[in-house]
Amino acid sequence: MSKIGVLALQGAVREHMRSLEECGVEAVAVKRKEELTDLDGLILPGGESTAMRRLIDKYDFMDALKAFAAEGKPMFGTCAGLILLAKELVGYDVSHIGVMDIKVERNSFGRQVDSFEADLTIKDVAESFPAVFIRAPHIVEAGENVEILSKHNGRIVAAREGQYLGCSFHPELIDNHRLTAYFVEMVKEAEAKQFV
Amino acid sequence: MKTGTELVKRGMAEMQKGGVIMDVVNAEQARIAEEAGAVAVMALERVPSDIRAAGGVARMADPRIVEEVLQAVSIPVMAKARIGHIVEARVLEAMGVDYIDESEVLTPADEEYHLNKKEYTVPFVCGCRDLGEAARRIGEGASMLRTKGEPGTGNIVEAVRHIRKVNAQVRKVVGMQEDELMTEAKLLGAPYELLLEIKRLGRLPVVNFAAGGVATPADAALMMQLGADGVFVGSGIFKSENPAKFARAIVEATTHFQDYKLIAELSKDLGTPMKGIEISSLAPQDRMQERGW
Repeated sequence: MSKIGVLALQGAVREHMRSLEECGVEAVAVKRKEELTDLDGLILPGGESTAMRRLIDKYDFMDALKAFAAEGKPMFGTCAGLILLAKELVGYDVSHIGVMDIKVERNSFGRQVDSFEADLTIKDVAESFPAVFIRAPHIVEAGENVEILSKHNGRIVAAREGQYLGCSFHPELIDNHRLTAYFVEMVKEAEAKQFV
Repeated sequence: MKTGTELVKRGMAEMQKGGVIMDVVNAEQARIAEEAGAVAVMALERVPSDIRAAGGVARMADPRIVEEVLQAVSIPVMAKARIGHIVEARVLEAMGVDYIDESEVLTPADEEYHLNKKEYTVPFVCGCRDLGEAARRIGEGASMLRTKGEPGTGNIVEAVRHIRKVNAQVRKVVGMQEDELMTEAKLLGAPYELLLEIKRLGRLPVVNFAAGGVATPADAALMMQLGADGVFVGSGIFKSENPAKFARAIVEATTHFQDYKLIAELSKDLGTPMKGIEISSLAPQDRMQERGW
């Protein structure tokens, strides 16, 4: 059975674990970098990206996360997690993990009073997916190898680039696990490749 | 597209889990808090221990301070309104505050009714000492809870009492039979449907942080161990000798609340925490936790 981690420094960890378990895989809360070693994939959850980044630095997680990505293992970032994955951030000179070829703007839909729910069409996932956007970021620019999976009012809110999956919204807060299931498939494909 | 839904308002609190929310009184403190890894800041005119010292009526902060903090940081900004003060709450909502604390730290505006928080687009956090209080606040539309403790004392004893009480009562409800819940609802003064939901979920339907007396990294870790989803630190940080260091240490202790070697390390040479007050020395009218009904 595939083993997928959820970075558990802060944020909606429990919800992602539940969603993974619903998809029939083993979910592991990752608090220390050593716990990354035997995982097949990793979810970077929603939360506060600045707080997560501080804890990533404090516990020397960054190199381990970059090495995890370099091994070709799938990573899925939701909301704050999307910000962690992006190679470029609007208004900041430096990125975080910086592995996915996208440029992301933080809090780009406004403050909490502007947070919203909307139905999205997500390519290969769902015709109508109930997405929850909370002080959400969006993808301003995507590199040529990035496949755009969903847009909301013309803004890119879900995308995939090979082993990386990212979205602006919070699939973990709802009972529809189809996007998580899509990521679990990515993990299984990556595992299959390694055994060839 | 819908704004202000229950999912959006409660979801916002879910994103704060495992984190520390810090009281700040100006932009500089807000930046220190963000830099230390706070998941949100609470913009105030005075921290609770200063509210105690000042006496008189404590009100919503000067909007200038709230505005200054909103502009200073990229993390969410919370602010306090008086219990039942519809207009203070609406003013804070209009300013774009991310979360409103209908708070017993301020002098109540209404000694009978709390705000009907369902009517607002902005989400609310409210204090509680037991499950009845928690359930009534959720019933009124609170999207997040925090146990009250005794604010501005730097004394953890009341915070421990309240988080233990709420969680023990949640466990009791979860273990009860459905036909016992109506009577339990009556005894607690809690909405019946909410007890059904708690039983079904096995927990409260909203995030519950701990507050009111957290003064050290070990205090924060204790709250997490007793089942809090995160921690509010009021006077504890900016009334300590070295706020930046204290703030960082409290954030780390909250994340790694079971790593005692780490907590030992980060508690070293922190300087003096806030002085603190023995609860029994507080006159009854000075106990903020009694406010709210």
